[in-house]
This record gives sequence, C-alpha cells and structure tokens, in this order.
Amino acid sequence: MTLTPRAYSYFPGCTLATTAVDYDASGRAVAAALNLDLHEVPDWNCCGASFPLSAENVMSFIAPARVLIAAQHAGQDLATLCAVCFHVLKRSDSYLRKHPEAADRLNAFVTEGDYAARVKVRHLLGVLRDDVGWEAVRERVVAPLQGLRPAPYYGCLLLRPQAEMELDDPEAPSLLHDLLHALGADPVGFPRQAECCGSTLLVSAPEANQRLSAAVIDSARSAGAAIVITACPLCKFNLERAQEGRPQAEQLPVAYFTQAMAAAFGLPEHAGPAFRREVAA
Amino acid sequence: MKDSGCTTALVVGAGIGGITAALDIANSGFPVVLVEREPSIGGHMAQLSETFPTLDCSQCIMTPRTVEVGHHENIRLHTYSDIESVRREPSGSYVVRIRRRAAYVDWDKCTGCGVCQEKCPFKVVSLFERGIGPRKVIYTLSPQAVPNKPVIDAQQCRYLQSKWDMEAGRAPAVDKHGNPVTPKCGACAKLCPTGAIDWEQQDRVIEEQVGAIILATGYDLLPVQRLPEYGGGELRDVVDGLAFERLLAASGPTAGKVVRPSDGAVPKQVVFVQCSGSRDPERGVPYCSKICCLYVAKQAMLYKHRVPDGQATVFYIDVRAGGKGYEEFVTRAQEEHGVVYLRGKVSKIYSQDGRLIVKGADTLSHRAVEISADLVVLATAYVARASTAAVAAQFGVAVDENGFLAPGDEEMAPVESGVEAVFLAGAALGPKDIPETVAQASGAAAKVLSLFQQRVAAEAHVTA
Repeated sequence: MTLTPRAYSYFPGCTLATTAVDYDASGRAVAAALNLDLHEVPDWNCCGASFPLSAENVMSFIAPARVLIAAQHAGQDLATLCAVCFHVLKRSDSYLRKHPEAADRLNAFVTEGDYAARVKVRHLLGVLRDDVGWEAVRERVVAPLQGLRPAPYYGCLLLRPQAEMELDDPEAPSLLHDLLHALGADPVGFPRQAECCGSTLLVSAPEANQRLSAAVIDSARSAGAAIVITACPLCKFNLERAQEGRPQAEQLPVAYFTQAMAAAFGLPEHAGPAFRREVAA
Repeated sequence: MKDSGCTTALVVGAGIGGITAALDIANSGFPVVLVEREPSIGGHMAQLSETFPTLDCSQCIMTPRTVEVGHHENIRLHTYSDIESVRREPSGSYVVRIRRRAAYVDWDKCTGCGVCQEKCPFKVVSLFERGIGPRKVIYTLSPQAVPNKPVIDAQQCRYLQSKWDMEAGRAPAVDKHGNPVTPKCGACAKLCPTGAIDWEQQDRVIEEQVGAIILATGYDLLPVQRLPEYGGGELRDVVDGLAFERLLAASGPTAGKVVRPSDGAVPKQVVFVQCSGSRDPERGVPYCSKICCLYVAKQAMLYKHRVPDGQATVFYIDVRAGGKGYEEFVTRAQEEHGVVYLRGKVSKIYSQDGRLIVKGADTLSHRAVEISADLVVLATAYVARASTAAVAAQFGVAVDENGFLAPGDEEMAPVESGVEAVFLAGAALGPKDIPETVAQASGAAAKVLSLFQQRVAAEAHVTA
C-alpha cells in the first residue's frame, strides 16, 4: 500500500531543539516513514512555555501568536510533538479565535504579519489517528512490539481542557492505547495514566513533584507495565528523575511514543536506549 | 352526559405522580385511562427502600395506592404499553392509540401464582434491580407488582427464540429422522396451572377517546458510563443511588443486606459522591439534581443502621436541604449517626488491590484526601428520560434545553403545557422529590377536574 503524502508545518519547540533532540529526531523519522512531510516553521521562537491564564494581558500571547503567524504563510496544519507546546499553541489559538478584539490588539504589536485564525494546531498523535489512520500505521510495522506491555502515559497538558484541546477524552483516553495496539504491543491502562507528573513544581516544590511522579511510576508498575510511553519531554524528565536512586528492578524505562514507533518500524537508530534493549533482548 | 370521552382523562406514566393524578380524577367520578410502559406500576418509587425525611418504607406507603389503582372502577390500566399516536378530533377530544406489547401471557387466565417465575431456568440481569440482582426471563418487577401478572422477555426467551428461528428457517424444523422438532424449554407453559402462556400473542393496539391528558413520564439517572473518572461502569463496586436503594430494600436482591456487588462482602467503608455529573456543565448537566443531598443523607443513615461499625463518608459541594424537616434530617445523619461529610469534589475513583481508591479534596482543611473504600455510591445526576422528547412531540408539548417537559409558563401555570387540555406533572418536568411530585400531580389533576366540571356544566346548560 502506498501512503498518501501529506504535508504539515512543524514546530519543534525549545526542548526538542535542546534536551529532547531524540524526540525530535525520532518524530521526524517516523513521520517520514509514513510519508508525512514536516516543514519546520521558519524563524520560530519559544511557544511561551505556559498558557497565559491572565487572559486580559494580551502581551503574554505574543510568543505563541508569533509562531501561529509564521505558520500561516505555508497554509498547512501546524504539527507539534511536545505536549506542552501543543497545549500552549492550541489553547492560544483557541482563545484568539474566540476573542477577535484581543487578536486585533495583539496584531498592533507584531510586525511579522497579522494573526488571522488560519492555522489548525495539531499534535502528531492526532495526525496519526485522523489523517494517517491506525490501519496504515499497522501496515507500516515491520517489527511488531509483540509481548510488550507498555503503560501509555498521557499526563495532563496533552488532553486538558478537552473542549479546547479537541484531542481525546482526558478521563478515558484511548489515543496512545490505540497507537500501541497498532504497533503490536499490549498496552496496560493504569489509574494515573492522565494525572499530572508534577510539571514545573520541580522548581517550586520539588518534594511534591517527586511524590506525583513516583506515584505515576508506581501506578504503572502495579498495573504490570514494562515501560512508560509518553508524548511529553517534561513528563519524561520528571518520571526518570523520580526514579533516581531506586533499585534497578523497581525502575521503569520511559520512552517517547515516536521511539516506540521507530522500534516497530525497524528504525533502531531512533528507537532510544529502552527500545534498543528491548529489541536486543 | 354521554361518554363521548370528553370527560375521560389520559394519564401517561404510572409512577407516584401518574398514580396520584389518576386516583384524584377517578375518585371524583371521572374515568381515567392510565398508561405505563413497564409491566407494572409504581415507577422509581417502587425501587426505593425508605423515603426521606420520615424513613417510611417506600413500598408500604405506596402499595395502598397501587392496589387502589389496580381495583378502581374508574381506572382503565394499560401496562406494558406505549402511546403509538395521538389525534385531535374537531370536537376537541383526543383519540389516542395505545400499543400494548405482547407479553406472551394471557393475563385474563393468569392468577399471578408465580410458578412460572419460580421454574423458569434462565436468569438475566434485572434493570429494575439496577444490575445488582437477576430476574427470570418470565418476570414481574417485584412481588408487590400491580398488576401481579408476568411478561416474557422475548429477546431472552429460549422457547420463543428457537420457535422463531424455526419459523424463519434459521433452524431446522425437523430432526434427522424427519420428525418435527419442538422449540426448546417451554417450562413455564408446561407448569402453568391455568394454561396462560400464549406463544402466539401479538402486540395489540387499543384506541381510547379522552378529553384531557396528563403527562407524568418520570426521569432517569445519568448513566455511570458517562462518568469515566469514576470508573465509567467498569468498577462493579461503584454503584448509583438507585442501585444502593435496591441493596437497602427489604424486597431487594439481598433482602436488605448491604453487600459489595463484586464479592458479597459487607462493606465497612462506604463513600458517597454527591453531584456526580450534576452542576458540571462541561461534563455532565449544568443544574442541581435537588434530591441527592437528602437521599444521600438517608442512605448513609440506613447504611449505619445495617452496618453499625461501618464508616460512611459523603463528599459534597454544599448541602442543599431546603424543605420541611430536611436540614434537621441531614444534621441527624451527621450528629447522631456519625456520617462524615467532606466538602470537596472527587476527582478520580480507581481499583487497587481489590479496594476502591477515592481521590478527592477536602476544601475545608485544604487537603487532598485519598480514601480506600469497599463501596462507592454515586449520586448521579437526575436527567430527563431519553424518550421524553418523543412523547412530548406526540402531544405537541415542548421540552427545555435539558430535555425536560416545559410548561408554557413556568411561574404562573407550572402544570399547563400550553397545548389545550394537556397537563404536566412530576419528575418529567425536572428534579423533584416525592412530596413535590405528589403535590404537583394533584395540581394537574385539579386542572383536569376543573375542565371536566366546566364541560359537565356546559352540557347541562345545553340540555336544560
């Protein structure tokens, strides 16, 4: 079967350009394997890193708006990988679409062009489900993850708030489950699959952060998972950090969904250490 | 005056609202046609254990009324029936076609002895018992059913299914020797002392001419499946309020013993979650379901009566106990029965090592709380029946944005539909407890009686 070629604007974001280059590289590789053409947004900047909750301050929307404006010229959907970037860009777009007066004020301060509510912000997971389809993903698999029991970890920012993110039901998500099924794995649901990992509490309340992340790992372990699969570099960082100092036997590796795809697609150079071990074993 | 039907009332729905309205009208000397979808009358009230704030046994206070309906000379009762169509005559009266579904039991012959139910070999999940208990394939809703005549659930009946398979050629009608095969089972027909099982029974359409109509079609609870954060129906020991009523009810599947549905153990830690789907515009319904604060207090109290060393914990947003004796009732639950009230919402319920973990907030102590519970009762939102809109449309009556029946004027004419001679009563208009439902049903009945009296007077004037 030939895959229909599809083109998207692509926003890597700061983390994927620095500490999570493996997420970026594996994302680009599996996208290419599915005939998805990702065009990096020219001259992109940080997405803003957190969605401005004080909405009356329009200035805090400048960072995400500048990205949305830069993507406008290409006329393609804007795909992202980082759950935080997706959250900020999608919600900012949603806010500006609903508040044209805020967009007008903002446009007066941006010199690169006007925000015109023309770009659809997507997460690659949504692209896989809605554009490519699980069947096509399944057909691309050359090394099914047979017997693997991954814990799909959604975290909070990828799905919430549901009405704005428009990706999946945060209380009963199935997106990562469905992807992992298509890759031949046997995903295990677990109670904390869509709970917060602690996010940036690492800075202000490290003990709380440790407690939340450790609870996610313990919840996945007691459900019988062998590995945690995430779509968020911050989640991955927190979950790995929370396990430092644990005996090896009580640790769970954490990997990006794109690395699971790379392993199943026969692209071991992008599968990351956890899956390389898996493949070797 | 001639019985042209213009002083006959139709009451749709025979819960406590419909029953009350029907009796009020019938006791005033006018004929009533009472239509109920279920095999017997009583509605949700028949499922309850005790009522608040008096802790009266629900069956006991209702049975005199259901029995009176069953025997009333002015009431024609059509159970297991739906309204098929409604036509307005030029005279102003309505011609209503009622479809009585095939029960496969001849109720004229049936004496209600119950042998068929006892001997039917097939058990299925009972919706009346809210999935907590089974029923037979030939069944009545309860031992106190009015009428006390069974119906056969054709979809689940071995005999009917094999009979129909043969008739449709899906199964061979003769064996390998060429002898005709008889359908399997048929235990009820073999054992019925009066030969009341009628395998050939068909739906029957009855036409009634009526001069006024009361819609009292009742309510439903938000399905637990709509609350994935509370297990979405996957956790067997997370039940809704009506299911817990069945666990408390002496006539229920456990004869009033409170047990966990999963393993039959007596739960020592029970958590009640108020506003499960209510006051939640994003994921549930925007309005307050009104009855939950009281019935949760009642259920927690009754649980403590049954399991004195058990712990009952209630999560609430705020306690809305407006009504005579209601605030005192909730206070009694807290102070005399030691029910612990935690102000906050539950964010998640999941299963861990055979117990339920209830994660929530206590917003008074500003703490996140986690309770390991044996059983969780969700006070799920009170919602309009899915069928309400279709029934309303048959009569030309409007429904509101939440699917409840909408009177023409909520404030000054709360039981009038805006359609001539069509009145509304009870839970189908929105959340209501039993006293309110009964009061409103009597109000609707009074409107019908006033209309009938005017017609009687006009007739007398013409003939004078």
